[in-house]
Amino acid sequence: MKYLKFFLTGTFFGIILSKSEAISWYRIFEMFKFQSFHMYGIIGSAVVIGIILVLIMKKAKLKNINGNEIEFTPKKSGKYRNILGGIIFGLGWALAGACPGPFFVLIGKGILPILIVIFGAMIGAFSYHATKNKLPH
Amino acid sequence: MDFILQPWAWYVSGPLIALSMFLMYYFGKRLGISSNLEILCSMSGAGKLVEYFKFDWRKKKWNLIFMLGLILGGFLSSNYLSNTNTVAISQQTKTDLDDLGFKNAGDTYMPTEIFSVENLNLKTISILLIAGFLVGFGARYAGGCTSGHAIVGLSMLEMPSLISVIGFFIGGLTMTWFIYPLIFN
Repeated sequence: MKYLKFFLTGTFFGIILSKSEAISWYRIFEMFKFQSFHMYGIIGSAVVIGIILVLIMKKAKLKNINGNEIEFTPKKSGKYRNILGGIIFGLGWALAGACPGPFFVLIGKGILPILIVIFGAMIGAFSYHATKNKLPH
Repeated sequence: MDFILQPWAWYVSGPLIALSMFLMYYFGKRLGISSNLEILCSMSGAGKLVEYFKFDWRKKKWNLIFMLGLILGGFLSSNYLSNTNTVAISQQTKTDLDDLGFKNAGDTYMPTEIFSVENLNLKTISILLIAGFLVGFGARYAGGCTSGHAIVGLSMLEMPSLISVIGFFIGGLTMTWFIYPLIFN
């Protein structure tokens, strides 16, 4: 039961990504070609509402379901890792026409070749950790 | 029911994505999907080869379960919550894709030229593997993907996330504008 809420939120998130067409390869191509406002509208409105929600959570010192104050742990930063990792990710995002969330939603949609992409992504994540000592961060 | 069955507008979808992020915070977690790639590696025994993957993935089970939810979400929306499988992309996009050899663009969610089992060959399998590799490597190097950086990180006004998202677009634009014409023609 402890995990049911994550399962349901994931299902909800998967439905949104699918119904908004954000999982469509064509929408990603169109976005990078600047030929539609659709994807910018989705990401932009999510971020604007997100900023407001985070501000409210912080100001109201909102407690989470366990009764603790909500923690906002920042991500690791570095001079190079965000820009270099970001560029590599972007190349793959445009080539696959999907990012990690849609990868899994597409399995549910029955797009079997996405399993090859996921396998490649696991090798990618593995390779990063195998070589990270030699990479600039 | 009809408004559910139709494709959802951006101004409905975007706020619902923000709501999902809020729900995860309320449940005590920070939304981030690419971490699952590491969890899957760890479960597959990658810890035998690389020390990092020796972490106890069971502690991150919540994220795997969220991921399973994504799969169910994709199944439900395509089987029960949609009255169309077409994607209303712009006419210019269709023309550009036609030039690259993608026919009937927008008739399905994914181009059959790459994403159908019948069309799997050395070229398409290489494209899918390399695309995945770049996503997995880049996401973990940058410390997050579209969910963790573009949605959550930007909502928290974090500088590393803004830089990462700029990187996402430098990479994505380079691929779409300069590398696509070399791969597809």
